[in-house]
Amino acid sequence: MNQLVDIIFSASFGYAVIRVTTPILFAALGSLIADKAGVINIALEGTMLVSALTGVAVSAFTHSAWIGLLLAMIAGGLVGLLLAFFSLNLKTDIVLSGIAINLMASGGTVFVLYLIAHDRGISSSLRSEVLPKIHLPLIDQIPVIGAIFSNHNVLTYASIIAVLVVYIFLYKTPLGLKVRAVGENPDAADSVGISVIKVQYFALITSGVLAGMGGAYMSMGYVSWFAKNMTAGRGFIALAAEAMGGASPVGTFLTSLLFGFADALSNNLQSLRVPAEFIQTIPYIATIVGLAIYASRKTAQINKIKQQEK
Amino acid sequence: MSKNLKFDILRTTLAIGIALFIALVIILSVSKEPFAAISQLLFGPLGTVRHFGNVVEMTIPLVFTGLAVSVMFKASQFNLGAEGAFFFGAIGASIIAMKVALPIVIHPLAAILVGGLVGAIVTGIPAILKVKWGASELVSSLMLNYVAFFLGLYLINYFFRDVSAGAMVSLPFLDTANLMVLIPKTRIHFGIIIAAIMTVLTYYYLYKSKSGYEIIVTGENIKFAEYSGIKTGKVILMAQLIGGFIAGAGGATELLGMYTRFSWQALPGYGWDGIIVAILARNNPILVPIAAFFLAYLRIGADLMSRTTDVQNDVIAIIQGIMIVLIVAASFLEKYRHKLTFKEAKENLGQSSKEGK
Repeated sequence: MNQLVDIIFSASFGYAVIRVTTPILFAALGSLIADKAGVINIALEGTMLVSALTGVAVSAFTHSAWIGLLLAMIAGGLVGLLLAFFSLNLKTDIVLSGIAINLMASGGTVFVLYLIAHDRGISSSLRSEVLPKIHLPLIDQIPVIGAIFSNHNVLTYASIIAVLVVYIFLYKTPLGLKVRAVGENPDAADSVGISVIKVQYFALITSGVLAGMGGAYMSMGYVSWFAKNMTAGRGFIALAAEAMGGASPVGTFLTSLLFGFADALSNNLQSLRVPAEFIQTIPYIATIVGLAIYASRKTAQINKIKQQEK
Repeated sequence: MSKNLKFDILRTTLAIGIALFIALVIILSVSKEPFAAISQLLFGPLGTVRHFGNVVEMTIPLVFTGLAVSVMFKASQFNLGAEGAFFFGAIGASIIAMKVALPIVIHPLAAILVGGLVGAIVTGIPAILKVKWGASELVSSLMLNYVAFFLGLYLINYFFRDVSAGAMVSLPFLDTANLMVLIPKTRIHFGIIIAAIMTVLTYYYLYKSKSGYEIIVTGENIKFAEYSGIKTGKVILMAQLIGGFIAGAGGATELLGMYTRFSWQALPGYGWDGIIVAILARNNPILVPIAAFFLAYLRIGADLMSRTTDVQNDVIAIIQGIMIVLIVAASFLEKYRHKLTFKEAKENLGQSSKEGK
């Protein structure tokens, strides 16, 4: 038990929490924008896989991590576009469209991986690049704080800036207002001349770009390769984080950190004498418990309001 | 045959055709031996008795998960826990098969029953969270799949592992627990009969029983169901418990029919396949075996293709995705449907005006 406390209160654990939160946070922000526009993006998981592979492949061929990142983001946006086309034009149920995209992505990435790396599991034969880490000046001089917050991957800082950007976008810009209007009441938005489909297209593409950044981080920051199904459910955890975060940017950030904490805990506890299988369930159980608590609180609130109305 | 059913069949066939066509284009563009690859994919399973047997063997688990997903989708519950239920059902069944001494016939039945009950727990938890607190069954069932997986591995690796075996496998099952092979030269086992019985039972339950009717009504319009006095919370829970039971029983059957120990180190993926099967069958239990057979045929064809040519079997994933999207797409061929409906209405009108005279 003491050992556990030691682990949690060490600076390296704090660093690890931020490190593993990054992909979840990107995807959760993607989920948030889609949700605000009234569309569910279940395809985050597949989007991350596609972008992770794109980043590795492009950076290996161009020897530039930045071009890799750019194309990973574009690939993410294209997957979002595909989801939008399936659900808004072909009118396929958006959950089933998302499932279809996830299936295609998990098999399709392996198919492409074999074509370019001649391996069905891992991309280690490709010499792919990694995005740089950044030393924060001044902050990295401070003991503990510096060790926790400095020297992260550039995308980790980008993810935290993205929280702010998404907040400003949603609440301080005209387009953000349109997105929220469409999500709140599409008929009302339509009646004042907002094109619901265009806004939802925009939201799903942006959602894909954000998830794509999370995917690029997975293969060009978190690790330096692409592996089959390497996202391991993070796209789904992100959905839960967003739901639990009360569909607000800051709430989403905090719940993403919570899942990052659970994830880091499961990585670190493997050094203790606890069965690994047990520990690996932690992030998922935390998600279920968190979701249940959030939903039950919401139900209680609704009941309270109903009673007051009486 | 009603115009609607005709239209559904046409649309499904066309969707499959487009998906296959896209796959063929992909194969043509990446392969050095595209014609060998395509012929393996489409006709490989017909080559030998053993390969055709493989198709039927794979059909069995797909029927179970297809039925499981159909029941849950009929109630409009996007519970994706069939995967976890299938896996955990297999774990439950293997514990009975290893540790409980029972006479033949009774032993596999008991193991399958336990597998089903264990599976029902996996899909039941998201259902309870949904009914009680309104938590999305979609997300919680996805998470539970992972929990079921790791918990299952934990049970096998720490309590039932065969230490003398080289790999991470469980102790062997008792001989009394195995499902017998029905057709020599293949591994087609007694599970096919269980799958057939399960199909008929699910069909009768959904379409001929009061409880099944409640599931359908609730799935189509939950407000209407509530106003007609149906306890929708109970119905939603029921549909997911039954779905989990069928999936769990499927995992148990697969394990007892095809293996002599528990040896899975990854989720087998049959739960996700069940979604494809259910969509192909339009959630109709009677069509599930046909859809399951079709998917199994494609899978075995793709495996043979990747074994003998330079095309990987993952190309199947693309076929599956396109099939799902096009079959569910409401606006795919919508104009044609309008035309059909219009024509039918006009004919009916003509008839009734004639009768009027």
